[in-house]
Amino acid sequence: MSAGVKKAKSTGDLAKERNLPRKLIAPALIFSIALTQVPFLATIYFSLTEWNLLKPQDKKFAGIDNYLYVFQTGDLLPAIIATVGLTAFSVITSLLVGLFFAVLLDRKFLGQSVARTLIITPFLIMPAASALIWKFSMFDTNIGVINFVIQKLGFSAIGWSTQYPYISVIILLTWQFAPFMMLILLSGLQSQSREVLEAASVDRAGIWRTFAFITLPHLRQYIEIAILLGTIMLLQAFDPVAIMTKGTGGTKTLAYLLYERAFVGMNVGQAAAYGVVTVVLTIVVATVSLRSLFKVFISGVSK
Amino acid sequence: MRSTKARLITGMTWIIAVTYFFPVAWMFINSFKTENDAASLTPKFIFTPTLEGFSRLGERGMSNYLTNSLMASVVSTALVLALSIPAAYALSIRPIHKVQDALFFFISTRFMPAAASILPLFIIFKNLHVLDNIFALSLVYAAMNLPIAIWMMRSFLSEVPHEVIEASRIDGADFETELWSVVLPIVLPGIAAVALICFIFSWNEYFFSVLLTSANAKTTPPFLASFVDGRGQFLAVLSAASTVAALPVILAGWFAQKQLVRGLAMGAVK
Repeated sequence: MSAGVKKAKSTGDLAKERNLPRKLIAPALIFSIALTQVPFLATIYFSLTEWNLLKPQDKKFAGIDNYLYVFQTGDLLPAIIATVGLTAFSVITSLLVGLFFAVLLDRKFLGQSVARTLIITPFLIMPAASALIWKFSMFDTNIGVINFVIQKLGFSAIGWSTQYPYISVIILLTWQFAPFMMLILLSGLQSQSREVLEAASVDRAGIWRTFAFITLPHLRQYIEIAILLGTIMLLQAFDPVAIMTKGTGGTKTLAYLLYERAFVGMNVGQAAAYGVVTVVLTIVVATVSLRSLFKVFISGVSK
Repeated sequence: MRSTKARLITGMTWIIAVTYFFPVAWMFINSFKTENDAASLTPKFIFTPTLEGFSRLGERGMSNYLTNSLMASVVSTALVLALSIPAAYALSIRPIHKVQDALFFFISTRFMPAAASILPLFIIFKNLHVLDNIFALSLVYAAMNLPIAIWMMRSFLSEVPHEVIEASRIDGADFETELWSVVLPIVLPGIAAVALICFIFSWNEYFFSVLLTSANAKTTPPFLASFVDGRGQFLAVLSAASTVAALPVILAGWFAQKQLVRGLAMGAVK
């Protein structure tokens, strides 16, 4: 690439040149390791101790007791199901809603940019504020707007966040993340070649066939990126569960379960064991899916 | 015929957009109501507006929480930029061996549940007496945003034309000159996008703030939840607080939509 330039330099410069990239990446690498990997190693160590923060001086080695507890109490499987289920449903619904919005907004019409601005706003709202506003002004049984509409239509009020916490969390997450999906898919739609679309319309391909055979294949890469990024963000979603449902009705995700063990129960050893199991599961699931999606991503980036 | 159909779709799009936005509008409207108006069983659209809700935010000391949020967001964003620009530079313009492995490592730290690191961080912070310290929280936010920032920066940097860099090297520019006066000016919009997104994520963050801070360093998101009490009506003041908390990011997002899209797709979407 820059062979000519390099040749002109002395050997000392060359060594410097070769070390430079390492020096540049080192601070970020060290920082990242110190704040994510080292704490994880500490988590593994904690998981092997019997340690309650209410009695911090009684810390002792516990072997695999905490792990036995984790696998025997039966909290783990429901938490895994809740985490995977909530993430999967929310990613799928927000992707579908986002695709619908993207198609609607991909045409020229009066106030197009204003409509787009309105639709992206839920994604910008502080998630804690969204959860509170939905819980108390939309879902509430007495003063919630949704229940007002439902009652006007002749049905009886629904206790959304108490009776149907699972659906309520999915509705909230979809409302927040569909705009994000829409933004990515919209830039995919707008990068379609006009000539191909015109050719399709000259050939009288019809809207649906054009969509299915030209637009969707073109969008594939964008859809994959949207799913990857959406999964990363939704997998960690804690606010709606903590604020809206407190883990009731099948919404006790791994993150919330661990939070409960550690900061309500003050049991460091057990919470750490949950943490380790969570990470191992995430690694197992993610390695396969992440590696393959990552390839798509890299190829998207390097285009 | 065709135009009727087009008008119909436009009308439908508008109805959907307005409905989708409604919860936000409703939050805004409720923030100007008295508690009684806000708790009305029939949603009130016509009422005498009042600033009562907003004035109560001052009494509750909201400015402290906003200041904390601002500090944590600015400090962590500055740190992320300082770490991610050189790292991304090493991953794109002067590639190290195993670029893919390094990238995979960074992105995988974002996949790792916060649950895995929160306990030790809590205990280490406690022992170092930096629990409830805004700078300690900023460090955590920087670690949280670093992978995304590196990823985004890398894609912005790899768009800098090779010829430009080659030319500057032939002119004998050393590394500092190359970075500061050749590369950075070109990717300035990209840096702005990265900064905006890191700021937004830190400003909106809830989990770490709940667990790592209490009276002194608490940021706005956990503060919002403190308006909920079992005793009475709080929707108006909660709406006012939520409006104030969400407004900076909403405005920034509205004005920087393009950068936001590119940034959020981490540069993968052109």
